[in-house]
Amino acid sequence: MRILGFVLIVVLGVVLVWGIGDLPERGDPQAPAPTHVASYYIENALDDSNTPNFVTAVLADYRAYDTFGEAVVVVTAALACLLILLRRREDEVEVEEESR
Amino acid sequence: MTGRFESVFLDVVTRAMVPLIQVFAFYIITHGHYSPGGGFQGGVMLAASIILLRIALGEESYRRFPREAGIWIAGVATLLFTLLGFVSILFGGNFLEYAYVVPGMDAVELRYWGIFFAEVFIGFLVWGALVAIYDALVTGGVEA
Repeated sequence: MRILGFVLIVVLGVVLVWGIGDLPERGDPQAPAPTHVASYYIENALDDSNTPNFVTAVLADYRAYDTFGEAVVVVTAALACLLILLRRREDEVEVEEESR
Repeated sequence: MTGRFESVFLDVVTRAMVPLIQVFAFYIITHGHYSPGGGFQGGVMLAASIILLRIALGEESYRRFPREAGIWIAGVATLLFTLLGFVSILFGGNFLEYAYVVPGMDAVELRYWGIFFAEVFIGFLVWGALVAIYDALVTGGVEA
């Protein structure tokens, strides 16, 4: 079982390293990332939303839905922490133990 | 009056630093249109200022910023952000499409202010959430 796992990890690693060769060059203008919607954002962010910092325009306007999800994740994490870690006050715990 | 550590220096420096940290945090939140930064970064700074109060002053910080305040701020900010998203649906846009939030206003202005309010809501939400996590981890919600 251990040998099988080792072989699996080695094969997966070789495949991933082999895949690096097909990644676009760093800063390649023809790569998929800058040829899709990125150029639209860069050209139109100032006219669309009067925001010189187009990173903010993408984050909070074009991709607001994504940012909304991120924010909800943060609040959900806080709620989960409270649910797991919140202890009741000592007297409330005692009352419950007596009633058992 | 000194805090948990009986140290005048720690007390004075904390009291001097916290307002400065908070003012700079609000600057970062509201200046996202022109410089790096925004809601997440400024919110973390606000949370850090409250946690500094908690560590240095101990008991007194719970009178200044109650234990329940964190999750309240986070919840209200999330609710307002969600409402901002649904208002634009009401007037015919998509979720969080600020150009439709107030009918009749200039779309560019609306998107500018939509980004502004989104950043403010995110800032308050991160602030409240991180303080709530800190309080839950440290005190477990029991009256100290």
